[in-house]
Amino acid sequence: MKANGRVFKFKDNVDTDVIIPARYLNSSDPAELAKHCMEDIDKDFVNKVKKGDIIVANKNFGCGSSREHAPIAIKAAGVSCVIAETFARIFYRNAINIGLPIIECPEAAKNIEEGDEVEVDFDSGIIYNKTKGTSFKGQAFPEFMQKIIAAEGLINYINNK
Amino acid sequence: MGMTMTQKILAAHAGLKEVKAGQLIEADLDLVLGNDITSPVAIHEMEKMNVKTVFDRHKIALVPDHFVPNKDIKSAEHCKCVREFACKHEISNYFEVGEMGIEHALLPEKGLTVAGDVIIGADSHTCTYGALGAFSTGVGSTDMAAGMVTGKAWFKVPSAIKFVLTGKPANWVSGKDIILHIIGMIGVDGALYKSMEFVGDGIQYLSMDDRFTIANMAIEAGGKNGIFPVDELAKDYMETHSKRDYVVYEADEDAEYDETYVIELDKLRPTVAFPHLPENTKTIDEVEDIKIDQVVIGSCTNGRIDDLRIAAKVLAGRKIAKGLRVIIIPATQSIYLQAIDEGLIQSFINAGAVVSTPTCGPCLGGYMGILAEGERCVSTTNRNFVGRMGHVKSEIYLASPAVAAASAITGKISGPEELGL
Repeated sequence: MKANGRVFKFKDNVDTDVIIPARYLNSSDPAELAKHCMEDIDKDFVNKVKKGDIIVANKNFGCGSSREHAPIAIKAAGVSCVIAETFARIFYRNAINIGLPIIECPEAAKNIEEGDEVEVDFDSGIIYNKTKGTSFKGQAFPEFMQKIIAAEGLINYINNK
Repeated sequence: MGMTMTQKILAAHAGLKEVKAGQLIEADLDLVLGNDITSPVAIHEMEKMNVKTVFDRHKIALVPDHFVPNKDIKSAEHCKCVREFACKHEISNYFEVGEMGIEHALLPEKGLTVAGDVIIGADSHTCTYGALGAFSTGVGSTDMAAGMVTGKAWFKVPSAIKFVLTGKPANWVSGKDIILHIIGMIGVDGALYKSMEFVGDGIQYLSMDDRFTIANMAIEAGGKNGIFPVDELAKDYMETHSKRDYVVYEADEDAEYDETYVIELDKLRPTVAFPHLPENTKTIDEVEDIKIDQVVIGSCTNGRIDDLRIAAKVLAGRKIAKGLRVIIIPATQSIYLQAIDEGLIQSFINAGAVVSTPTCGPCLGGYMGILAEGERCVSTTNRNFVGRMGHVKSEIYLASPAVAAASAITGKISGPEELGL
């Protein structure tokens, strides 16, 4: 499986309140949440993002609340993958549980800039920056998490057991 | 090699003699929690599962508290979904609006969380129950759904940071100042994926409410959980509030810690976190004249009886600064009643504050105190992210109830000492 897209770059500590502000949490509909994704950090994000695009951020992406609405909004907005130096713990779990591919890779997060075209190979963990011609190896998931991802989320994984 | 307190609880719940940091385990759950925002997503996920019954109707807690009493039609639909689920599955710990409270204040009060438990909650501040010596951590809605059906959750065993609290905090220095100081020191990802284990002789000077505040904000340092040793005060609390048996775990003497910090409580000053991260801390002595528009005293962090008592000590007999809004939110119905009995509510209203029924409300920008563009709020809540309490150009300053109350009188960020207290 591969992701291929243009990069939206964010800095440190992008919190779940800016990913999906709480004033929209009276809905749990992915399409509705997607309309407001990243609204408080980049008002035009939802207008600019195209299916397959990639978010790259520095450290502690997704810090703050446990709202699963955050990875749901990102996925429903069309984002194919999030690459970061580090992820906040609950966001990391939630992304895997709902089947949004995420990769920790400090080197890639530092190198990749806004607008770069990037390809991610989830099987090998290779992140290729097509714009700059640089490539990086992301941290591989433990086998247990690979099984959850292969099942496309925790619910299917449990159903299959 | 020895285990930390957290590792011992996890090992016991995974049926293992020993666990190591980094190990993936599956642990039995003593309680699975959800609120009105996270539970509807979990309930929807549960519908996709092959098994559609809950593992134990007494080990699930559903607490509508975020947008409750319902703030709008969509919130009402969410609450209805949770209510119908609770009814269908005969969930014994569903708390309707008249018996509710903010989840992390309510569950210990109801005796549902005790030492030695493993608890997951679809709310990041689930880490609060570490104050009682439980392992408790926030998860998302899908984990909650899986937990409700299987009674189990997977965990990566965390490594730990040890915080040795020494000495006695000065007057007006509370649990909030201690945890803000720590977050300021290690940063909002300083404990990422790790346990924060609190030890030391200073703990004897901390009330249970102080400890709940400290454990509550472990997540604001990125921590997986925060945990306190179980002393006589914690045992008294559990014996007063719970009928359940508790199990006391202690860290091994040779347990390994990634880092150890010594926090001299007697040297701490009232501390304020400036916008827009809880790590942007300053002591009250470093704060210049910052005029404010609103004060919020409440939340799962600081809406307990001790917090209200401290606020009342400052507010009683005084008047709130002209043009300032002060919103006080007791965290549970029982705390609210106690505050009425003790005359605290009367002091608040006489001073010019408004008192609300328990709700998370303004803490996450839901309702009951939203900020306009350019407005500033001193709040006893836990997050001061961009837009957290309203407009993206509003500002939140996190502080203790004492500082929030003193600021309410002066109209700018102030400590109680400024009032001669």
